[in-house]
Amino acid sequence: MEEVIVTEKLTKRYGDVRAVEGLDLKVYSGEIFGFLGPNGAGKTTTIRVLTTLTKPTSGCACVSGFDVVKESDKVKEVIGVVQQHVSLDRDLTVRENMEFRARLHHLGSSERRRRIDELLDYVGLTEQANRIVETLSGGMKKRAMIVSSLMHRPKVLFLDEPTVGLDAQTRRRLWELIRRLHLDGTTIFLTTHYIEEAEALCQRVGIIHQGHLIDLGKPLELCQRLGLVAVETLVNNKETCYQYFADRAAATSFVQNLPPDAKTIIIRESNLEDVFVELTGRKVGDD
Amino acid sequence: MITVFRDIYSVLWVDLRFLRRHWLRTLVTSLVNPILYLVAFGYGLGSGISFGGISYLAFVMPGIIALTAMSSSYGGAGLKLHVDRLFYKCFDEYLMSPISLFSLAIGKTLIGVVRGLISTVAILIVGVLISPMLIVSPLFVLVLVSSCFVFSFLGVLVGLWAKSHQDMGTFNTLVILPMTFLSGTFFSLSQLPEAVKVVLYFLPLTHSSECLRAAALGQPFPWLSLLALLGFGLVFFAGCMVALKRASV
Repeated sequence: MEEVIVTEKLTKRYGDVRAVEGLDLKVYSGEIFGFLGPNGAGKTTTIRVLTTLTKPTSGCACVSGFDVVKESDKVKEVIGVVQQHVSLDRDLTVRENMEFRARLHHLGSSERRRRIDELLDYVGLTEQANRIVETLSGGMKKRAMIVSSLMHRPKVLFLDEPTVGLDAQTRRRLWELIRRLHLDGTTIFLTTHYIEEAEALCQRVGIIHQGHLIDLGKPLELCQRLGLVAVETLVNNKETCYQYFADRAAATSFVQNLPPDAKTIIIRESNLEDVFVELTGRKVGDD
Repeated sequence: MITVFRDIYSVLWVDLRFLRRHWLRTLVTSLVNPILYLVAFGYGLGSGISFGGISYLAFVMPGIIALTAMSSSYGGAGLKLHVDRLFYKCFDEYLMSPISLFSLAIGKTLIGVVRGLISTVAILIVGVLISPMLIVSPLFVLVLVSSCFVFSFLGVLVGLWAKSHQDMGTFNTLVILPMTFLSGTFFSLSQLPEAVKVVLYFLPLTHSSECLRAAALGQPFPWLSLLALLGFGLVFFAGCMVALKRASV
């Protein structure tokens, strides 16, 4: 499989703060790769380096075979970026914002018109095309940002916390859109601190914590390494303990042999949150 | 080369769309200050004063035009850029697109020039009507356009350099406001002590006012001041390029 994003010992420091430290990563063509971590873990810094907005302190990173520092112009031609905040011009309409992105990427006038109509239809924003961005709902703004970033048919789409601040219904609509983009062949690099988002969308997940990549693999593989079955027990009526087992039989055996002061709360499948907590000692979403 | 022009226009295009939507508000707000100065200084304070045979109104009018060029170009180029960069954070979109930093700097400067010229042409029409002594020669137009470029570059530079809204406010208070009143806009520098004059010649508006006044009133033209004005423009443009390089990879 073609490697679309490669980083080697990528490090970014701001003074004494180590935002990203020695990151080795490979993202393959056509996959949705999720970068999971709490706020301040280094996810956005990694995206900023990969999208040529920030120079790494050391190490290197390539996107589509182009070095993000030495060949930043070529990188800019193959990437689309949807930032965490609304990065559209709020005083312009959706159509104007899309046209602006198309102009920056040198699309001709007839292609611009065709592509704008096609993409507005793709995300169901045709009726909102001439509305000023500021007047749109959060979900519409996000969809408008995604289509604006797709104007030049990027090979790789970076989505930085794409559903943060959106309600559950809007979030699911965006997930559908991301899956459709993936099915259409776009490689997607997505950062999130929502476990369910990574589980719902990503073929592979990298877990980043305090600037370090602490685990990497398919969600199921990560859970397998930990144990596919989780047992939550309450000890002395105050402390909840988590144990992980390869299968349900092992978990059941453990429960049957619990000491009298421990009470079983639940036996369930393990998830990425369990993986994260075990690896970092903190819960995703905690600051 | 065609790509450079196309990219410059692409950067300018988005600001022109904004201007088209808000042209009346933009024009009115940019004319409030010069008209107040005109009424307060031209008609109020200076109604009985004359300089070497010319009325104070005729004297002050080129200064007010220079002042309008400065405030409209500086604000037109710098304020939206500053807000887009620090508040809306949509300036990153330019940095992530495959356009050159040169095109970006010039495109962002041109919106200041356009807004500066719209405001100065409006105040110039008022000026020609109330002070028929004004000569709008090609030299006058050259100085006016140059001034708009110089202050627009300054706007882009400050818009890129400021790390907070307070930085922008501090610069306006410490540099733009004193420049407004001290650069020979409302009075002749010949009345001032030499030491003060030397300091004031480090302000670009001083040269802009002197050149515009000389061209508008048919006085001997201060070519050195025009060179100094262009020098300021070059320095500000170089500053813009450095700031953009620091902002991008």
